[in-house]
Amino acid sequence: MSDGNSTVIENSFYKQSTNKHTGILSWLLTVDHKRIGIMYGVTILFFFLVGVIIGVLMRLELIAPGKTIVDAQTYNSLFTLHGVIMIFLFIIPGLPAIFGNFFLPIQIGARDVAFPRLNLLSYYIYVLGAILALLSVILPGGAIDTGWTFYIPYSVRSNTNVSLPLLAAFILGFSSILTGLNFITTVHRLRAPGMTFFKMPLFVWATYATAWIQIIATPVVGITIVLVVLERLFGVGIFDPALGGDPILFQHLFWIYSHPAVYIMILPAMGVVSEIIPTFARRTIFGYKAIAMSSLAIAFVGYLVWAHHMFTSGMSDTARWIFSLLTFIVALPSGVKIFNWVATMYKGSIDPKPPFQWVMSFIFLFSIGGLTGLVLGSLATDIHVHDTYFVVAHFHFVMFGGTGTIFFAAIHYWFPKMFGRMYNDKLATLGVIGFFIGFLMLYFPKFIMGYMGMPRRYYDYLPQFANLQLISTIGSWVLALTIFFIVGYLIHALVKGKRATSNPWGGVTLEWHIQSPPPMENFKEIPIITHEPYDFSQLKEMKDE
Amino acid sequence: MSSHNESAVAQNHVHRDEVGAKMGMWLFLFTELLLFGGLFLVYAVYRYQYPDQFHLAGMELNTGIGTLNTIILLTSSLTVALSIAAIQKRNKFLSVLMLTLTLTFALMFMVNKYFEWSAKFSHGIYPGSEELLSLPNGQILFFGLYYVMTGLHGLHVVIGIIILSIILVMIIKDKITYDNYTKLENSGLYWHLVDLIWIFLFPLFYLIQ
Ligand code: HEM
Ligand SMILES: [Cu+2]
Repeated sequence: MSDGNSTVIENSFYKQSTNKHTGILSWLLTVDHKRIGIMYGVTILFFFLVGVIIGVLMRLELIAPGKTIVDAQTYNSLFTLHGVIMIFLFIIPGLPAIFGNFFLPIQIGARDVAFPRLNLLSYYIYVLGAILALLSVILPGGAIDTGWTFYIPYSVRSNTNVSLPLLAAFILGFSSILTGLNFITTVHRLRAPGMTFFKMPLFVWATYATAWIQIIATPVVGITIVLVVLERLFGVGIFDPALGGDPILFQHLFWIYSHPAVYIMILPAMGVVSEIIPTFARRTIFGYKAIAMSSLAIAFVGYLVWAHHMFTSGMSDTARWIFSLLTFIVALPSGVKIFNWVATMYKGSIDPKPPFQWVMSFIFLFSIGGLTGLVLGSLATDIHVHDTYFVVAHFHFVMFGGTGTIFFAAIHYWFPKMFGRMYNDKLATLGVIGFFIGFLMLYFPKFIMGYMGMPRRYYDYLPQFANLQLISTIGSWVLALTIFFIVGYLIHALVKGKRATSNPWGGVTLEWHIQSPPPMENFKEIPIITHEPYDFSQLKEMKDE
Repeated sequence: MSSHNESAVAQNHVHRDEVGAKMGMWLFLFTELLLFGGLFLVYAVYRYQYPDQFHLAGMELNTGIGTLNTIILLTSSLTVALSIAAIQKRNKFLSVLMLTLTLTFALMFMVNKYFEWSAKFSHGIYPGSEELLSLPNGQILFFGLYYVMTGLHGLHVVIGIIILSIILVMIIKDKITYDNYTKLENSGLYWHLVDLIWIFLFPLFYLIQ
């Protein structure tokens, strides 16, 4: 495989504008996928930190029984904002918008996405949605207090600013659809010669499967949200039992999107894992096709399980056991992935650099999240722990321990490529350890409390929970401090870090064939692909190039 | 193993991939279908729940205007297709003419819609009105869905009018020509979708009674 870039050092994309502007406008009006990826990165990281701060405030309220720092109504708004920010502004767009944008075109040997201008538009739609969501906080009426799920009747009866965040969610969905559409077309049209579907890196596969979910599921929640807004404005009656409507119908429509959305969150993360493990185990991935196909299987079966969120909402028994069964089935393709990853590491020569450490932490936390998901997917146990801290612990393990951890893994893996600098490995290892300890302290007690009966979304609790709640709050400090510590040493590395070589980890996918940071055009000549994606015999060739 | 790939480079430099653009458009139309799909689902649920009252309420709608609008919209789909055919044959004048006709039909559709809705309003039938709330639940839902679904469709017609007007200007200014008409084609596809959705809305509200 040749790219012709390693010999001649070109200007990186930071130094070359895609438009006639220089300075800030060369960023704000850029159509380069790498710059757009970085702009998403900055924005999304900002909202993530806002979400973390709100989370810490909630934990502070829960440090002792009774009212501590906020009243019940404020707590309601806090968890809603926290949920909305973390779900719609951080975890759903996170990996595809930042790393998908930056690396998907490079990994298939393209110069950009199929629709570069649409890509920039998606970014601004995202920003618009984010602003609308946060505007509701300062406008009179008060911040939305319905929970991020906007269940009827709260969302119709609440006197707070509900319509604005709903509209924001609609707009954010639109951004997500446009990104998905862009990626699908990119994968179909812009693969380099020789890059067949089964030579694509698994991150591309995962992002591709995700893109399909984005465009298939998002419109349904879009229309559902519009219906709620219309309900609030005009009282149409579609979800209002007094007028013959059905509030449960809202839950169905909402989860038909929002369960597949869970896979929008996790699939790209699984893709990143499938990149990192081969690189640091120096071994081709075990079961390439099985991993690629399991992404599609998850995307497909993921559509048929939505009602497991509604086991206690009122459904026929037949429906309940069918949905329970399907939920168990969707665990299979996830299991396929985990086993293949572990098999890849078997007898590999593992080099446990920080990205790999993050992945280890992911496998551990995500497995706990996944297995407790089965507890919630079984009818009998779900009835017991539904709407308790058990659920809160479960989804933080899956979303934060799963996708959130991989968010950090991806940053650490691709940081040298994106910014051309290295960070300090020791500090990074400290970061992984701090995160892991803080995470378990923060969320593991919630499983126990949930099992004991502590309901979610309460600002107060009975004295018997006091010790566990205190541990959890201390955990939130450890975790939040670690996160700021990580952001800190990464920013330091941006300025002061050692210069990165083009291939610091010894990866073989296409991004490691070009210089760090990549030149504006990515490839001077479009490469011709002859190798399997994780064929490490290339490494020697790459050194000779 | 290095080799220079002319075609790939060339393809990437000219930022125009017509197949890609059309693929993107089809994907977008697919999401539009799903958007309405959600509403059709809601309609199906309530039609199943209140068959008799949907029947009664459906008889209140003006089948005449509905039929007229169906014919108008179908014809406009034809003219937009002709406009594309004309530009392929390098007949700019005909293309402009056909697109203008399409726009005229679209406006006619909206005017009819306006009269239809205002007639309903003057009978006191609109979401939240006393008149409507005095009806049985099934009828309230029927009219609720009627306003939401035809309203959302109307919104799409308005967006279509805006897009087609822009396209019209582009043809006149020779930004869209016989060898570069993907934008016109894609807008045409969008317009067919608007038509297609109406083809479903029309029988569901005006015909099955
Ligand atoms: C340091 C980081 C975090 C802390 C301290 C934290 C803490 C909390 C707390 C205390 C709650 C409310 C529990 C309740 O009373 O029911 C909560 C809810 C929630 N969190 Fe987090 N969290 C953090 C990170 C995240 C992340 C990264 C995500 C998503 C990826 C997330 C998603 C959610 C969601 C969706 C809810 C539910 C909101 C609702 O009930 O509507 N959190 N979190
Ligand atoms: Cu689910």
